[in-house]
Amino acid sequence: MLKGHQSWVFNNRPMISATGVSGGPFEANGNLANDFDILHEDLWMGMDSYEKAQRVLLEEAVRTTLAKAKMEKEQIEFLFAGDLINQITPTSFAARTMQIPYFGLFGACSTSMEGLALASFVVNYQGARNVLTGASSHNAATEKQFRYPTEYGGQKPPTAQWTVTGAGVGLITQNVPGEHQPVTTSATIGRVIDMGLSDPFNMGGAMAPAAADTIMAHFRDMELDPSHYDLILTGDLGRIGQDTTFELLIKSGLKIERKLFQDCGLLLYKDDQPVQAGGSGAGCSATVLYGHILNQMKKGLYKRILVVATGALLSPLSFQQKESIPCIAHAVAIEMNEEGR
Amino acid sequence: MASKQKNMTPQQQKYQQLQQKHELKRPVLKNCIKAFWVGGLICVVGQAISYFYIYFFHFTEQNVGNPTVATMVFLSMLLTGFGVYDRLGQFAGAGSAVPVTGFGNAVISAAIEHRTEGFVLGVGGNMFKLAGSVILFGVFSAFVVALIKTLLGMWGVL
Repeated sequence: MLKGHQSWVFNNRPMISATGVSGGPFEANGNLANDFDILHEDLWMGMDSYEKAQRVLLEEAVRTTLAKAKMEKEQIEFLFAGDLINQITPTSFAARTMQIPYFGLFGACSTSMEGLALASFVVNYQGARNVLTGASSHNAATEKQFRYPTEYGGQKPPTAQWTVTGAGVGLITQNVPGEHQPVTTSATIGRVIDMGLSDPFNMGGAMAPAAADTIMAHFRDMELDPSHYDLILTGDLGRIGQDTTFELLIKSGLKIERKLFQDCGLLLYKDDQPVQAGGSGAGCSATVLYGHILNQMKKGLYKRILVVATGALLSPLSFQQKESIPCIAHAVAIEMNEEGR
Repeated sequence: MASKQKNMTPQQQKYQQLQQKHELKRPVLKNCIKAFWVGGLICVVGQAISYFYIYFFHFTEQNVGNPTVATMVFLSMLLTGFGVYDRLGQFAGAGSAVPVTGFGNAVISAAIEHRTEGFVLGVGGNMFKLAGSVILFGVFSAFVVALIKTLLGMWGVL
């Protein structure tokens, strides 16, 4: 149901009944290694290109999700997924393997929440019983496309971010009352915001206004106070983007506490890992949400959270042509299913 | 930058000021010191290699440059292939980018990167993706300098 200007309320509370998360060697050495289902020692995942490796990550995440849900892929009606690579081939090629009816999404690093919002909407209105949604990214494949060759010895500034190697997938199903699983309750779809920043080594700074815009839109549309949530989780703003977003929100008069605010890109890695301003990439919010955060929710650490995934909608061509970086953010509210009914 | 500022809306300018407060600054002085030491060390290695060629292979100071550069580029390619040079680059910045080893790294890293697209379109087509502009503008500026020198010579200034 549409609420306010740009938000949906999911009255039937679609359930995230299973998830699968895969990652690479750098994530295995990170903070949240225990929350990954599959971790690879080798950045190539036994493939002969990084793009194929990314496909493997997504396929594994889907297989793990299905195994956990004890379902066959024939029981899944739709797949909503995407990634960062040219024409989202890793995702489309994975969809070829899985043979699930497929919607390819591109929202850069916001794809995870774009997918979750759409999947929840479709399931909420009985457009499907079971929908898979997810996103993936691969550090080397993304570097190759957007920046320099992996082995090139260029110095990255402290504002740069590290693209996550990983895939996160969630299975969205009709609500089963009483089951101890997270459910999606609402979503806010963001507008494209461009504040004129053009430095591709400072994505956090470029994406912060989009994040702030969507968060404010969410509280306005839903007529809620930030204290409604135990956690506001941003996708991959990193250190700079997170601080900037927080200041923008405070300046706009939103009463919000700093400790409510966490960022997937800052949770994923240890302090001594050379990720500069934090992790990023389509796989960043997908792996952290579908792994670590939902695990914590099931343990009872959080009851209600708002996940805001931000994406920078640039291409290698657009920044070489000196265009600024347009950004977007989508938010999905997740809470634990009501128990004991 | 000034013309860029003019094209921005007041809202964009205001945001950029706010954003700049949070932006992490490059540690310029620290980077310069690191670059100086690493760049200097690479040059010391290069110097040692030229002495090696002069003493053991009868090169002279005039023609020892070519084998020295070839050896340095070869070493840099080995380090690139073993995945060391990009880490050195993150530490040293210009210190490892400016010497000829940095040029070698730019060529070989692109070649390795695009190996998956085959030898012709991948390695061949992309090898000079980064180094190509160094070659083009290096050769062009050498031409301009030579032209100036020739003209000055003709006019009897030099």
